[in-house]
Amino acid sequence: MNTPLCRFRASRLGQAAGICTALAVAVVSISVDADDASQISDTSSEAAQESPATDTAVSFGRDIRPLISEKCFACHGPDAESREAGLRLDMPDGDEGALNYAIEPGSPEDSEVWNRISTDDDEMRMPPTDSHLEPLTAEEQSLIRRWIEQGGEYEQFWAFSPPSAPEIPTPENSTWSDSPVDAFVLNQLEKKGLQPASQADPRTLIRRVTFDLTGLPPTLSEVDEFLAAYEDSPERAWEECIDQLISRPEYGEHMARYWLDLVRFADTNGMHKDFYRNNVAYRDWVIRAFNDNLPYDDFLRYQIAGDLYPEPSDDQLIASAFNRLHLIIDVGTALPEESQFKNVVDRITAVSTAFMGLTVQCAQCHDHKFDPITQKDFYSLYAFFDNIDAAPETRARPKNGLQPPFDSFPTPEQAERLAQLDSELAAVQQQIDESQEDAESETLNSKFKELQKQREKVDGQVTRAMVMKERSEVRPTYVRTRGQYDVLGEQVTRGTPGFLPPLETAGDVASRMDLAEWFVEPENPLTARVAVNRFWQQFFGVGLVKTSEDFGNQGGVPSHPELLDHLTVEFTESGWDIQSLVKQIVMSEAYRQASDASPEEFQADPENRLLARGSRYRLDAEMIRDQILATSGLLSEKMYGPAVKPPQPAGLWKAVSMTGQVFRPDQGDAIYRRSVYTFWKRAMPPPQMTILNAPNRDACIARRERTNTPLQALLLLNEPEYLKAAGQLAAKTLEQPEQDRLEFLWETVTAQLPDEQEKAVLQTLLDDLTVKYQTAPDLAADVCRDITLATTTESAVDADSQAELAAWTMLASTLYNLDITKTKD
Amino acid sequence: MLSRENGITPEGLAVMDNRRRFLTNAGMGLGTAAMASLLSQSANARGSAAPGASNLPHGCHHTPKAKRVIFLFMAGGPSQMDLFDYKPNLDKFFKQELPASVSQGQRVTAMTKGQSQLIASTKFKFARAGESGLWMSELLPHLSTQADKLCFIDSMNTDSINHDPGKTLFSTGSEIPGKPSMGAWLSYGLGTLNKDLPDYVVMPSAFWGGKVNVQGLYSRLWGSGFLPSKHQGTSFQTAGDPVLFLSNPRGVDANVRRRMLDSLGTLNQKHFGEIGDPEIQTTIAQQEMAFRMQTSVPELTDISGESAETLAMYGPDIDKPGSYARNCLLARRMAQRDVRFIQLFHRGWDHHSSLPPNLIAQCQDVDQPTSALLTDLERHGLLEDTMVVFAGEFGRTIYCQGQLTHDIYGRDHHPRCFTAWIAGGGVRGGMRYGKTDEFSYNIIENPVHVRDLHATMLHLLGIDHSRLTFPYQGLDQKLTGVNPSRVVTEIIA
Repeated sequence: MNTPLCRFRASRLGQAAGICTALAVAVVSISVDADDASQISDTSSEAAQESPATDTAVSFGRDIRPLISEKCFACHGPDAESREAGLRLDMPDGDEGALNYAIEPGSPEDSEVWNRISTDDDEMRMPPTDSHLEPLTAEEQSLIRRWIEQGGEYEQFWAFSPPSAPEIPTPENSTWSDSPVDAFVLNQLEKKGLQPASQADPRTLIRRVTFDLTGLPPTLSEVDEFLAAYEDSPERAWEECIDQLISRPEYGEHMARYWLDLVRFADTNGMHKDFYRNNVAYRDWVIRAFNDNLPYDDFLRYQIAGDLYPEPSDDQLIASAFNRLHLIIDVGTALPEESQFKNVVDRITAVSTAFMGLTVQCAQCHDHKFDPITQKDFYSLYAFFDNIDAAPETRARPKNGLQPPFDSFPTPEQAERLAQLDSELAAVQQQIDESQEDAESETLNSKFKELQKQREKVDGQVTRAMVMKERSEVRPTYVRTRGQYDVLGEQVTRGTPGFLPPLETAGDVASRMDLAEWFVEPENPLTARVAVNRFWQQFFGVGLVKTSEDFGNQGGVPSHPELLDHLTVEFTESGWDIQSLVKQIVMSEAYRQASDASPEEFQADPENRLLARGSRYRLDAEMIRDQILATSGLLSEKMYGPAVKPPQPAGLWKAVSMTGQVFRPDQGDAIYRRSVYTFWKRAMPPPQMTILNAPNRDACIARRERTNTPLQALLLLNEPEYLKAAGQLAAKTLEQPEQDRLEFLWETVTAQLPDEQEKAVLQTLLDDLTVKYQTAPDLAADVCRDITLATTTESAVDADSQAELAAWTMLASTLYNLDITKTKD
Repeated sequence: MLSRENGITPEGLAVMDNRRRFLTNAGMGLGTAAMASLLSQSANARGSAAPGASNLPHGCHHTPKAKRVIFLFMAGGPSQMDLFDYKPNLDKFFKQELPASVSQGQRVTAMTKGQSQLIASTKFKFARAGESGLWMSELLPHLSTQADKLCFIDSMNTDSINHDPGKTLFSTGSEIPGKPSMGAWLSYGLGTLNKDLPDYVVMPSAFWGGKVNVQGLYSRLWGSGFLPSKHQGTSFQTAGDPVLFLSNPRGVDANVRRRMLDSLGTLNQKHFGEIGDPEIQTTIAQQEMAFRMQTSVPELTDISGESAETLAMYGPDIDKPGSYARNCLLARRMAQRDVRFIQLFHRGWDHHSSLPPNLIAQCQDVDQPTSALLTDLERHGLLEDTMVVFAGEFGRTIYCQGQLTHDIYGRDHHPRCFTAWIAGGGVRGGMRYGKTDEFSYNIIENPVHVRDLHATMLHLLGIDHSRLTFPYQGLDQKLTGVNPSRVVTEIIA
């Protein structure tokens, strides 16, 4: 025992100076805004909160690993470069492993780890002062001590072990359904001595589930139908409602939106001159894939390697554009080798964020500090995506926003028509060649031109999409020293990180298809878990693992680990059936709980991690806009196709553009399309979206944050298009019998009925505003100018009618600004 | 305070009272008082930064020298050897190949790769300025009068050879998009200084004198990255509302808006009583803040109260909304109102060709207004705790790009050295820091990386850069990133 301890001490003393710089990488400070931090990321504190009473067993995964990852791994973890004292605390065994070296199982006093965390000697105490890490608290120390006493057993990190179906618990409370989701949630609540909330009222339920499955609010008739069916049989009504919502095309549009954030989908290059980049076909494919319930494993295969199927279908090729969604610069200023490097890194970042839930890109300069991903692992993954047969930079103003390689995907009708035109063109050409007379050849020439025009027109409507394509000869890939594109290190071959299951290759050289298959292997511990967690997050506002972009050692601890594993196993066993997973989630009683609580309960569990109530949170920017368009009757139902530009304040593009680009809004129905079709300029995305937390789409985002700011209030109060929509809703309201109007308006916007008090507040507001607009007819005319009336317009011309319409418009706008309107209760 | 069953609250009653005032057409601003208590409740309870440091301003790790920053970002990369980094002996090297011992085979851009590197000495004259006798270019006559306030850092250097990553690095500490900008970090770390305006305002110039190669901007340059987006910069627009959606839409006057907000507040308050979610109170508070901004922002941008002398000091462009001059004046007005981080972007410095006429035009844009800003801050007593920083994303090469005569030449991007200056905010004036070689090509003394500048700025604001962190993607992320950086203490007064 003495020998290794001596080694440990000596090297620690010898390297004390080095620790300072190594730790600069991961210094943890007092978070100056703890409130903010807790909203976004959770750390080991959560594990500490849930630590067991002192007499129970300490769990390595739950209690110890998050703690030592935070406090120790920066110097005693996976990164060989920054490792101190030849000690790894992330591994029990091996030359530098912790057991029988710094940890003597069963004997804290003989364990250097215990001595060094518990000493009063500032010089000796770990973590060292210059690391800026807080010393371990008494409770944390005691956890480590008890863990060593109990044998210092290491467990494989939970997220890196394949999920196995856990036993489904039997909670005492039997009022909930016997679905496994409910059993796991209820069991956890009972362990904490908490009661679940009662079921939400049917109006809240129909609004919640319609938003969650389609991104839109329910219409009045949908509410009525549901209420009637619910009265009859709540369970059947609920299930039928869910089935019906999932079968709607709007379901795919809504599900796609989350995916598009994750893969940083946008309509421009995102660098330098920020040229148009045509990703339309990919976006439409994502929508269709969700609507067709394409199994998630295929969804993944198509995107990573769709081009490598023996005879790829159109969808498979289009999906491979996943590899073309990265930011890209246009030629002229950057060096192509550097651009190539950046593109590939960006591609890997997307793959690892979306499919692995890991921050693999951290290893581009050095071994990962917290997860067992070496720098070589990074470049081995990099090699899969390095071999693209595409220039690393786009041309200036690429035609149709397409950069080679791209393909055409004509419909059968288009293909037939093109073939027909081609043969007609050939025939005319032959006639021209044979023609002797000037007059005749003139006629023929103009006929030829006419046919050409027709062909161009048909051809112009054909879908084109950038695709992934391998070079015929594999480009050699090298480790880049310190992550510098032009400093080549060791040559690497394609491969996957060693801590994950081995890669099987079909041919001599591992292909992206092999990689795709590796991802969806049942043994791969991450792919399905990460996906299931994100789908869960869509319905509860926060994932079972809160850090849905990071399942590594520094990621969040799952709130319901068994539930996550259960859903994951079911998901893969169902054939990666997304709709079935989604249905299982929304069918649960846990999902159906009422979301009101006492302020103290909200404060105790602000993010509703324990699920003792329904989740209540603000709708995303797209849902808020789409709701306004839908309830006012303006929403266009048109699906797919080129992105559209709803109006935005003047000058935004010009203020940032390198090319003097001016934003020109679309006209007509195009401006009322669902927000998923809105044109996304990365340099300046639409403010109606970004003000409400939509990301720029220049980085992969697995979860949006939700803030509440005065700029959001200004947007919802003053956006001219939103007020116009309020006017349309007012006009619809005025078509109702007078006594029904307040109820109609309130119910249209909130799916609830107003109570007497709410009606009274609105009535006095209406009365006051009517008087106001009667005395200010010019103002009333201004409000009414953009409102299109369905019925005869004469009545709206007289001042009183205009005052009435203006007052109702402001009433509708008031309802659009209610907290309950922008929130999912 | 609130019963969940009884929705009508004292606030609600106050709102009803406001209704009477509305009907007598005097309803402006009265709901504010009713909401004040809500505001104070929903404000973040930010703990002090360090135990036992309760005398320090919120978020500070040590006593700050500066309270706020005005960052004058010269997008495109101004030429250091034509403006600041005086190299008197270069004429004799005119049109000669840059010695290989100097260029050391360093990477260049795609634009000048493979070309010969012929030296273009500056055509502009330099003279000593101020008591400190700092060398400054004839292109900056007004700024030269401020020499004793300026601290030049001639040894700035960066990692990026191209604009986009260069600007992203300068603004966010990383070339890779997705990181928070410096202003967002400060808003997050230090909190807000004022109730009625954003913490972080960005003002891009609407026009500029340079006519070649005007590089674009990206909203990520003032984005919040992974920080909560309430910390992102608010970009002031030159056309229309200075703050997006600030004005009431057509047909809505202030009385209508106030009346509507009163009912909205009553209803939201009722729903808070029923639902219990404190977020509803935040919504009420933010709607009231929005209403206050409808007054505070126009008051801020209305310069009619400024004296003729002041307006004249900023030069002829002051009359043009969106000009750099106007934005400088607005920056002073924002500093007075305690906006924490004020960032101007002036584009048009990317002079690959025809540098002299374009540089003259750019300097005409910025010279007088920048000088006026320093004077104006000083006489308002603001310069001592306002740090004014003037920098581009990189410098330019001593060798020529394109046509080369004594009067016409161009310069490529040069990340290996460039000049930035700081004034006020606890920095020593009238000094130079760092040295470049005789070609302004390599640093020979005291290099200052962009990260070091960031660390120094944070230090002056009372922050230890290694302790301003936010957990994201498993790391405690910092503005200065993972590479070492240091506070340049030598320039601190």
